[in-house]
Amino acid sequence: MDFTRLEINRRMALLTSATIAANVINPMRAFAQETPRKGGVFNVHYGAEQRQLNPSIQASTGVYIIGGKIQENLVDLDANGQPVGVLAESWEATPDGKTVTFKLRKGVTWHDGKPFTSDDVAFTAMNMWKKILNYGSTLQLFLTAVDTPDPQTAIFRYERPMPLSLLLRALPDLGYVSAKHLYESGDIRQNPTNLAPVGTGPFKFVKYERGQYIIADRNPDYWRPNAPYLDRIVWKVITDRAAAAAQMEAGELHYSPFSGLTISDMARLGKDKRFIVSTKGNEGNARTNTIEFNFRRKELSDIRVRRAIAHAINVPFFIENFLGDFAKLGTGPIPSTSTDFYPGPNTPQYPYDKAKAIALLDEAGFKATGGNRFTLKLLPAPWGEDISLWSTFIQQSLGEVGIQVDIVRNDGGGFLKQVYDDHAFDLATGWHQYRNDPAVSTTVWYRSGQPKGAPWTNQWGWEDKTVDGTIDSALTELDPAKRKALYAQFVKEVNTELPVWMPIEQIFVTVITAKARNHSNTPRWGSTSWHDLWLTA
Amino acid sequence: MRILSLAGRRLAASIPTLFLILIGVFLLLQLAPGDTVDALMAQMGGGDAATARQLREFYGLDLSVPAQLANYLWRLVRLDLGFSSIYGKPVATVILERLPPTILLMTASLSFAFFFGLVFGVTAARGVNRWPDTLISTLGLIFYATPSFWFGLMAIVVFSVYLQWLPPGGFEDIGTVQTGIWRVLDIAAHLVLPTLTLGLIFLAIYLRIMRASMLEVLNLDFVRTARAKGLDETHVITRHVLRNALLPMVTLIGLQAGTMLGGSVVVESVFSLPGLGRLAYESVVQRDLNTLLGIVFVSALLVISVNFVVDLLYARLDPRIAAEG
Repeated sequence: MDFTRLEINRRMALLTSATIAANVINPMRAFAQETPRKGGVFNVHYGAEQRQLNPSIQASTGVYIIGGKIQENLVDLDANGQPVGVLAESWEATPDGKTVTFKLRKGVTWHDGKPFTSDDVAFTAMNMWKKILNYGSTLQLFLTAVDTPDPQTAIFRYERPMPLSLLLRALPDLGYVSAKHLYESGDIRQNPTNLAPVGTGPFKFVKYERGQYIIADRNPDYWRPNAPYLDRIVWKVITDRAAAAAQMEAGELHYSPFSGLTISDMARLGKDKRFIVSTKGNEGNARTNTIEFNFRRKELSDIRVRRAIAHAINVPFFIENFLGDFAKLGTGPIPSTSTDFYPGPNTPQYPYDKAKAIALLDEAGFKATGGNRFTLKLLPAPWGEDISLWSTFIQQSLGEVGIQVDIVRNDGGGFLKQVYDDHAFDLATGWHQYRNDPAVSTTVWYRSGQPKGAPWTNQWGWEDKTVDGTIDSALTELDPAKRKALYAQFVKEVNTELPVWMPIEQIFVTVITAKARNHSNTPRWGSTSWHDLWLTA
Repeated sequence: MRILSLAGRRLAASIPTLFLILIGVFLLLQLAPGDTVDALMAQMGGGDAATARQLREFYGLDLSVPAQLANYLWRLVRLDLGFSSIYGKPVATVILERLPPTILLMTASLSFAFFFGLVFGVTAARGVNRWPDTLISTLGLIFYATPSFWFGLMAIVVFSVYLQWLPPGGFEDIGTVQTGIWRVLDIAAHLVLPTLTLGLIFLAIYLRIMRASMLEVLNLDFVRTARAKGLDETHVITRHVLRNALLPMVTLIGLQAGTMLGGSVVVESVFSLPGLGRLAYESVVQRDLNTLLGIVFVSALLVISVNFVVDLLYARLDPRIAAEG
């Protein structure tokens, strides 16, 4: 984080001096490179096409990477990860936490020329965020109404206290606004605008050729002065990762977001001066690799067995040899990138200790007969090559302590169905996505009472009243310091019980041309509007 | 008239096959765990149970499997391929959009493989067991043994990254809007590498078949007669041997028209072409049943019509077949 801020400051200093130099001393030379250049086409790698492009009804990076340039959110995160207004200029909450008032920006128009008002915010919040948007429907569960006393004021009314810090950290992802006049009639999901989005953002949707490309052009009426710099953004659909790397090298692509290339290609391009390969700008999209235990297996319901499994796996060795610089040792469900909630590494941890693992298994009464204590079925998620490598590593590590592991591979739909609905697994491994506040998508992994079939939730057949209590009090706690303490308590409790183990922390990797300026300057940069992004000649 | 009755018989025979294929695919996809809502959840990165329930109703997945199948077949009888859940458009439109690149790629690589397979096969057969034969056979073996994704990637690295002669992927240039002959040339330039990649494997098969069948025909009595008549070697080869040796090649083309559709998933992915293969792959991963069945339907139609053309060609190449049919 500090590094981010330093670099921004240095760049700003350069910019300022460039302006002075240009005006006073030598208009042609000195720092001319750092004067933002208007124009240019920015070509983006788009790996997996989504069914629609409106971020008000689908929260995923695959939508933000396009829709986030066309539509805007109420607030976003600044370079230091703090909330900063976009369509909202200011906000305040009443002391009981049940009312949050947003003052909206004046003089903003939709791409079709109609003015943006609080009616749009109220309509989107009540009909999209609360009813359709994944994670939004949970966040806004207790939202009862949005009042609009005037076009620039939206008052959110909640049945139960809503911590302002939670709302402000969730809204960058879950707070994209859609135009009421385009959505008020008919089924929102089937609205053709979802595939030809209309927003207030710096880029206007032009064309979508399924399976090929999407084009958006500069919005000349954008509300930020002198923005954006780019003339056009083109998203090219390239499903083959190796082919995308070749296109980067051929100069046909400028940017591959969210670890879109293979690990080996990212490492290779990192050594090439034409590209910048870094995790910077993705701090808001941290994820952890998991091992999920099914408590319906009697062996796994024994805490000694879960701990033995954790002790049996040499995580630092795996990271060093398979993931390289793009991953680090994790300490639990809240990653170290979360400056507001990270409880530090002093929670129960399970370092590699094969002898201890064997002792624990023996103590639990699972003796090895013919070298095998028992057999487990492991289901790896198909999201990335790291999961595939990790599942093989688990298999081999557990083999060493006498647990035979059979790996059963599925595609996306199959994995979710078998793990979170059919519960047809013993061990599962995938990613837990951390979304800036543990209440958004982290605590559902541990809170009991999750409906059967809801993906990425507690489907382990495990219930702990203490943990449930901690999660519930943190959800409605209004004092930020007390919330942080409650989440530290939560991490301690779940790391002790270990229903899910999260031993690896990863941030998405960006591969971008060295010609790009003002990139990766916020924690969720790939999803933001790119109003200040520009390309050198 | 004979052609018409042949066509009629062929078509009548293919309709039950088509229905069996469609029902089979439908049931097979039911065996795969998860439905299109699970796939959507995977893509979105999560959602709650109420959303999932709403979506299942939205996609008509709350009905029983037999009811879904009956609905589908009844729609098909009325020539309605249904609605694609991943594209939000009628399946017929989705497939029509993808058909031109697929057919272009398929015909280009089949013609490439057929033509060069023929030339190389004849050359190898004429110089059997001498250096042209050894060279061609070795090359054929290498092409055949190389996986197409590797070949495609290497072609991109050499011709697009280093030499920068050809575009590394896509169907046409997005940056500039082109019309008329320039657009045709642009699309052609984009198709050179995928055509070569897809064609080389088939080339290897064709040249081996051609070589073997040439060698066989060259030993037949009528060739000896032709030579005894005093015809020169070129005449013997082109007029007498080639025509007879072509029959197995034509059979193969009919068989492989179907394989080409499936085989192009890899090539389409590597070169980012918007073809039917990739669409089919996506529909399976996304459990988009309507689209997948639509593709199976269209592919089956394509294979049936190609085979029909092959039958006609048979008659043209060897008049005895038509006389007996």
